[in-house]
Amino acid sequence: MTSSVKAVEALGITKRFGPTTALNGAGIAITEGETHALVGRNGAGKSTLVSILTGLQRPDEGEVRFGGELAPPLADRDAWRQRVACVYQKSTIIPTLTVAENLFLNRQTDRGAIKWRGLRARARQLLEQYGVDVDADGLAGDLSVEQRQLLEIARALSFGARFIILDEPTAQLDGPAIQRLFDRMRSLREQGVTMMFISHHLEEVYEICQSVSVFRDARHIVTTTVGDLPHAQLVDAMTGEATAAYEYRSRTVDASAPVVLAARGLSLDGRYEDVDLAIRSGEIVGLAGSGSSGKVGLAETLVGLRRADAGTVTVNGTEVKPGDVPSVLAAGLGFVPQDRHHEGFVPLLSIAENATIPIAGKLGRYGMISPARRREHGARMIAELDIKTTGPDQPVADLSGGNAQKVVLARALADDPRALVVINPTAGVDVKAKHSLLGAVEDAVAQGTGAVLVSDELDDLRICDRVLVMFHGKVVKDVPRGWTDSELVAAMEGIEH
Amino acid sequence: MATTKTTPVATLPAQGRRFQLGRFRDLTLVPVIIVLLIVGSFVDPVFLTAGNLTNVLQQQSALALVVLAEALILIAGKFDLSLESTVGMAPAVGVMLVIPVAAGGFGLELPGILAIPLCLLVGGLVGAFNGFLIMRFQLSAFIVTLAMMIVVHGLQLGLTQGKSLFELPESFLYLGSATWLGLPAAIWITGLLFAAAIVALGYFRAGRSLYAIGGNADAARAAGIRVERVLWIVFIIGGVIAALAGVLETGRLGGISANQGVGWIFMAFAAAVIGGVSMDGGKGTILGALTGVLVIGLVENILTLKGVPGEWKQLVYGSIILVALMISRLAGGKAQD
Repeated sequence: MTSSVKAVEALGITKRFGPTTALNGAGIAITEGETHALVGRNGAGKSTLVSILTGLQRPDEGEVRFGGELAPPLADRDAWRQRVACVYQKSTIIPTLTVAENLFLNRQTDRGAIKWRGLRARARQLLEQYGVDVDADGLAGDLSVEQRQLLEIARALSFGARFIILDEPTAQLDGPAIQRLFDRMRSLREQGVTMMFISHHLEEVYEICQSVSVFRDARHIVTTTVGDLPHAQLVDAMTGEATAAYEYRSRTVDASAPVVLAARGLSLDGRYEDVDLAIRSGEIVGLAGSGSSGKVGLAETLVGLRRADAGTVTVNGTEVKPGDVPSVLAAGLGFVPQDRHHEGFVPLLSIAENATIPIAGKLGRYGMISPARRREHGARMIAELDIKTTGPDQPVADLSGGNAQKVVLARALADDPRALVVINPTAGVDVKAKHSLLGAVEDAVAQGTGAVLVSDELDDLRICDRVLVMFHGKVVKDVPRGWTDSELVAAMEGIEH
Repeated sequence: MATTKTTPVATLPAQGRRFQLGRFRDLTLVPVIIVLLIVGSFVDPVFLTAGNLTNVLQQQSALALVVLAEALILIAGKFDLSLESTVGMAPAVGVMLVIPVAAGGFGLELPGILAIPLCLLVGGLVGAFNGFLIMRFQLSAFIVTLAMMIVVHGLQLGLTQGKSLFELPESFLYLGSATWLGLPAAIWITGLLFAAAIVALGYFRAGRSLYAIGGNADAARAAGIRVERVLWIVFIIGGVIAALAGVLETGRLGGISANQGVGWIFMAFAAAVIGGVSMDGGKGTILGALTGVLVIGLVENILTLKGVPGEWKQLVYGSIILVALMISRLAGGKAQD
């Protein structure tokens, strides 16, 4: 890509929201035909830049240019859509309408009555053009996350835009789906489409992008080609300090330590079968495997979110009632569920209240909760987990992803559990938050908790004393510390037993 | 995670089938209606006569219009409880502007021909005020319209001093009592409005935008739909339709009682929801809502013919709505929302 024409430029953009400055004289310039990464920690100003580049918000200062020309006025949505398309983090697909109607939302017809037959035909043509293999007549709500995203990309391109912003498109996809997305991005690039790619996974930046811009604390820090910015320097630019990679602690597991979490002959049809587990106090056991390996299903059974067809779960020596979360918690287990937005926290309640839900009974007598003791507990958790907040009374909804996840972990640790089950704790959180989350798990284990860590990230699994690899619902390998990536991936893909 | 693993090719037939079901979901009450027709014919031979069925339709036409208004608002993802009070208040105010003081009017004695336009205007103003509070003040539609339901009915009681209005201009009674081509005018008017709404929501961008807003308002905004403006218009249209329902009801009964419309809103919700309109917005059709009204009308008629004592009617009525809900849930296959 030797072209020097800028597909998009943002110059000296400042945007304030009340007392906070979301962008402070920041800018970005993307050369035509390039796939450009935008990286930064949560709160660095990435989302604000996206809404300014897509014309959803007006900058207080500065200007946006497309192909050298000044951006159209904000009210002219159609003009914006011909210049820039965006696949937002939040889906803009309407689940109750058909795929065809979603593609032509609010432009079903130029005038007069809608001709549904013609609309469906146009939709099929569009889907075929972009190689999206979904039924135009189907309800969009029935599509998978991946298919919805493809639908959004096809819709975005159908306005004629040659510049697309992809805001954390990989966050909800699994490995093979990410590869398919990247293949598609590569072929779009060959067709001359310019892209801006946002992701927390830095290895993806190296895989798919040619250049990268780093934002930090509302400012633009650096723009360069990816080759000139090795991984460690990229992390430094994001955090503003020289942060070493997470240092995994070494510990020796006492072979005579009591077993705090055990499973015997656990089976759930279509998920996993005949699994035996024993986690000792002071040990972290990883669960690895592909999306269909059954690792999440198994972990959800251990914590009582699912009920196994056969087998028993023992927490701290007590055999718990199957599929019953309260009895599992009472036996002394804490857990971080897979989807923090669904099962992790109540967004409108405060940090302190969220973190103390499981121990509400211990914060006062006769069913009353003492607000002072709750605040005190919340404040201690904020300090221990380094949660960035204005105080224990702030609602969790106001926190960034990483900090919200810390609240979920705080809830799991609220009752000093003997056993801890953590599912994908670092999904969608930035480098620093990731380090404090992993650190908190290791702290708990140092005090005698036994932990199960389920993760799609090989890096997370390095804190484990051993990793159980699952394949098609069975534990196929027990890997001790010191594994290599390729060794683990081979086992996860079922290449070698 | 596991769901993203499915190959798109494998899911194609399943989606095709589900869409077929989705198409019929509007009509899940048709079996219920058929059962009611059969039951009714056994209950009383009069039931299946043209005269009786016409009667059912005429009696339900005013309620049907309120259901239509509520369905439009529900599909757009909002709520309006105040429609039932508009059914009484709008005709009362419209009429009071034209009748003399002796008959209970304000004493303005505007030309009688203006009574209906004034009534519709009042309905539209109530809708506009609801929209103002909900959109501009960002208040919850449920609680705003609950308060407005009380305020609007209270206004009627205050203005009429709780009395019924009987001396009405001929022109005001015409629509609710006339017969066109052998059928009551009310049935024609209601039928035409339903047909217009079915076409508008099925085939026009403006109508489709209600589904987009109800399904995902942020996505609708990103697609360039002026969400606030559309919702505001929907509330105004809802108010006007409710006022028209009041005109038809007044014409049918020949007077405006102090309680006209009171309690209708629950029937309107029941009819819309058993007809497949979602309380969460974005789902359901006007045709479905119409089948809901028909179910309610037939049940009421059968209960009357059977001579069920008035005190027990409510209980039977409510139970039958629950049964209809269960049947449409089983036939529709998907969880109710």
